[in-house]
Amino acid sequence: MATTTPEPAKKTNRIGLEMQPYRGGKTTLCAGCGHNAISERIIDAFFEMGVDPRQVVKLSGIGCSSKSPAYFLGAAHGFNAVHGRMPSVGTGAILANRKLIAIGISGDGDTGAIGIGQFVHLMRRNLPIIYIIEDNGCYGLTKGQFSPTADLGSKAKTGIANDLPPIDTCALAIQLGASFVARSFSGDKKQLLSILKASLGHRGTCMIDVISPCTTFNDHEGSTKSYAYAKEHDEVLGEVSFVPFFEDISVEYDPGTTKAVELHDGSKLYLKKVAEDYDPTDKFTAMRLIHETSRRGEFATGILYVEPDKDDFVTLLDLVDEPLASLPLERTRPGREALEEVMESLR
Amino acid sequence: MSPSDLAVQEAAVPSATVRVVNDFSIQVATVNGSGSQTANLVLLRSIFQSGVPVSGKNMFPSNIAGLPTWYTIRANKDGYIGRKKETDFLVAMNAETAKEDVLSLEPGAAVLYDEPLKLNALRNDLVFYPVPFDKLVADVCKDAKLRRLVKNMIYDGVLSRLLNIELRQMEHALKKQMGKKAKAVELNMGALNAGFAFAEKNLTKGDPYWIEPMDKTSGMILIEGNAAAALGCMMAGVTVVAWYPITPSSSLPETLIGYMRKYRMDKETGKATFAIVQAEDEIASIGMVIGAGWAGARAMTSTAGPGISLMSEFTGLAYYAEVPGVIFDIQRVGPSTGLPTRTAQGDIITTGLLSHGDTRHIMLIPSSVEECYTMAMDAFDLAERFQTIVFVMSDLDLGMNTWMSNPFQYPDGPIDRGKVLDEATLKRLGEWGRYMDVDGDGIPYRTIPGDGMPSYFARGSGHNERGQYSERPDDYVNNLDRLGRKFETARKYVPKPEVVDEATEIGIIGYGTSHWAIDESRVQLERETGIKTAYLRLRAYPFTDDLTAFIDRYKRIYIVEQNRDAQMAGLMRLELSPERIDKLRSVLHYNGLPIDARSVSDAILIQEGRKDKASVSRTVVSGGLAAGKGE
Repeated sequence: MATTTPEPAKKTNRIGLEMQPYRGGKTTLCAGCGHNAISERIIDAFFEMGVDPRQVVKLSGIGCSSKSPAYFLGAAHGFNAVHGRMPSVGTGAILANRKLIAIGISGDGDTGAIGIGQFVHLMRRNLPIIYIIEDNGCYGLTKGQFSPTADLGSKAKTGIANDLPPIDTCALAIQLGASFVARSFSGDKKQLLSILKASLGHRGTCMIDVISPCTTFNDHEGSTKSYAYAKEHDEVLGEVSFVPFFEDISVEYDPGTTKAVELHDGSKLYLKKVAEDYDPTDKFTAMRLIHETSRRGEFATGILYVEPDKDDFVTLLDLVDEPLASLPLERTRPGREALEEVMESLR
Repeated sequence: MSPSDLAVQEAAVPSATVRVVNDFSIQVATVNGSGSQTANLVLLRSIFQSGVPVSGKNMFPSNIAGLPTWYTIRANKDGYIGRKKETDFLVAMNAETAKEDVLSLEPGAAVLYDEPLKLNALRNDLVFYPVPFDKLVADVCKDAKLRRLVKNMIYDGVLSRLLNIELRQMEHALKKQMGKKAKAVELNMGALNAGFAFAEKNLTKGDPYWIEPMDKTSGMILIEGNAAAALGCMMAGVTVVAWYPITPSSSLPETLIGYMRKYRMDKETGKATFAIVQAEDEIASIGMVIGAGWAGARAMTSTAGPGISLMSEFTGLAYYAEVPGVIFDIQRVGPSTGLPTRTAQGDIITTGLLSHGDTRHIMLIPSSVEECYTMAMDAFDLAERFQTIVFVMSDLDLGMNTWMSNPFQYPDGPIDRGKVLDEATLKRLGEWGRYMDVDGDGIPYRTIPGDGMPSYFARGSGHNERGQYSERPDDYVNNLDRLGRKFETARKYVPKPEVVDEATEIGIIGYGTSHWAIDESRVQLERETGIKTAYLRLRAYPFTDDLTAFIDRYKRIYIVEQNRDAQMAGLMRLELSPERIDKLRSVLHYNGLPIDARSVSDAILIQEGRKDKASVSRTVVSGGLAAGKGE
């Protein structure tokens, strides 16, 4: 008689799901690509926060970054759109179903060049979406041309120096109206995970620029987006502590050195103050911080700006609570008397 | 330049002794931004209320104020409401164009004009009615700033008297137009009465044109095609609309916003059962439509040629990733910016084959405001049935001009949401792949994000029938062939053409607004030369079997289009046999004005060898670049 040994209980999250539906297909990106590390953090964040992947939509444009949604959250629907136009597709999807949790993956070319127009208007609308720029300062899929986030003077693999100043996507996002703006580094697992988890508690546009080195085309001496340069120049803002709404933990903190922010879903964010007067809920100080660090040749990482109570686009449109996509015909087709009233007005 | 063509007059010159009742055209020449639209619509509506079939066409500049504009009203007892080439009664209010407007008239036409323009000195074969507008308006409007606007109502009053349109009909139309603005109604009524009284006292009827009450419009409505399309979208249950302002399309979403705010707010919560977004451009508009369609909404946008060009890449994505959506193309004159306020059917080839690679798209082509309404509903059903973009090819003439119509019918049937996978279907199929052709019709089952059914990754890159990335030659060919089969299936679902058979060798094919000119031309041809014609009115692309059957029944086929390159004939050439292609000829009209019956008749008569080309108007009859063999 055969005996079966019970398998060890698999790890499940707070909604009872195992890790499997959060994983994606095998990556086809280069070994060591920063984007893969970001995919892993996304998997961890969604698993740990207990987000049902069947309620998630993954969106992307075109480029190396935009391939990555295939490598996480396999149980979620995904849409790989056209180059630079993911924001509009995401907007349509969220308007169709406001219950969906949208995560968009873009690149620095996909956002900063061809997609800058849609990026700008996405930020303006404060659409509820987590918008991640996997930022390596170059076009990887077409073999290393400069992108608009490449720093002035940064060198390409060919040795040519970039002669234009970069677009700072975080400064732009804050100025345009995004209500959660962060910058991180794919090599900083802990910080990126905290930021991602916090973004899941926020309602509105979460713009997260993640410096994510391209090992093949932009990881050499002279590049300002290499692993070595990023490690050297990453100016980490005070530690980001995140307490999700479902964890009953009270944190003692010193209001003099720590800023506490309550997010839309009740989760709490504790941000160490980098300076006495630093306030991540104040646009002006956030912008000053970004400009001051970049003037020093550094880049500040952490949650740069958060406005937890700002109305998102769905709220502004005053939509019904149910997804528009599944409203029954009796709620989307006015009655006979409505048509008759219109006809009468035209007689 | 006057939009009237310098046509050669062939009919006898009418005189005051002949009464021409309910069969003439009025052209009002004004400066845009002068408020003439109210006066023109009151005139149109008062004729309509008198029971006389009528249409109104606005020929306006791409400008807000200060440039010439013409409004043409055609009354026709037999119900022909396409553009009439000749102007019978000119109202000359614009000093800048008055001279040319008068010089282009046929002998015997009437001219109502602002007295200081002294137009009566220009010709002696017309009937002139001078009216001192400034003097009359000063008496009825104390506020000098309002006079410019009220002035136009005076010509309505004069016309009421001269054409015998009952003053009470004008008053009724004015109230309908102005709504509850009592002061404005009073002021304008004063102007109407002043015009009427002036004409009664000072003008002697010298033209033959009369309006006499009939009973041919009772129960009917007056509406623009864009408003009709908006109603259709609302009744189709549209939930997501994204648009970008562009002439001549803007009034469609703008009217829709009005209807939706009135009739589509949730009864219990007062919240919106729809989202309407004015996007940053046409690319974002179609992107939003595709995102919404993918996530299960009935989504649409509306645009014109330049927007269609911008939507090209996204349309290819929707074709290949198989996402439903509806695009209205209110066609205007291209290429490029072209003539933004003039009409054309110039986007047929571009749209039918929009985007790179092998693509084909379903196009529905309304001829009437009623079809703008019904085809809006058809478009959403077809888009979801075929999981693809469906275009509704309207045009400026249909979309922005005022047309009379039978009232629209309430849609009784259910809507078609197409093949959406559910538990029962999944059980029946055993396995599911997003792009598997399980029914043999080329149409796969889709799942919708958030619906709990299996997920898939929609992409514009190569994919296999499970939606996985693939560059395999066999996967690519299988997928593209299935998309081809799906388009073949669409032939059985799209609206069929309307066919009128006759014992003749000549068949005419037309579509969209060309219908109105063709309809009248067929009668004209028979009356003038005894030529009978058969007629097929296309209502959709892909073509149905009716097209080949029609071509087989006749020897010579004239395809009437409002573009230079015979675009619809071009689409036919892609799939017809050489024998059938040999029968095709073209009648092409592309000067920006709505096509008229005379132009159609002349072009056919020339190609039939029944008329000398030199005897026909210089501007419009042309074989274009792709002229038929009769040229």
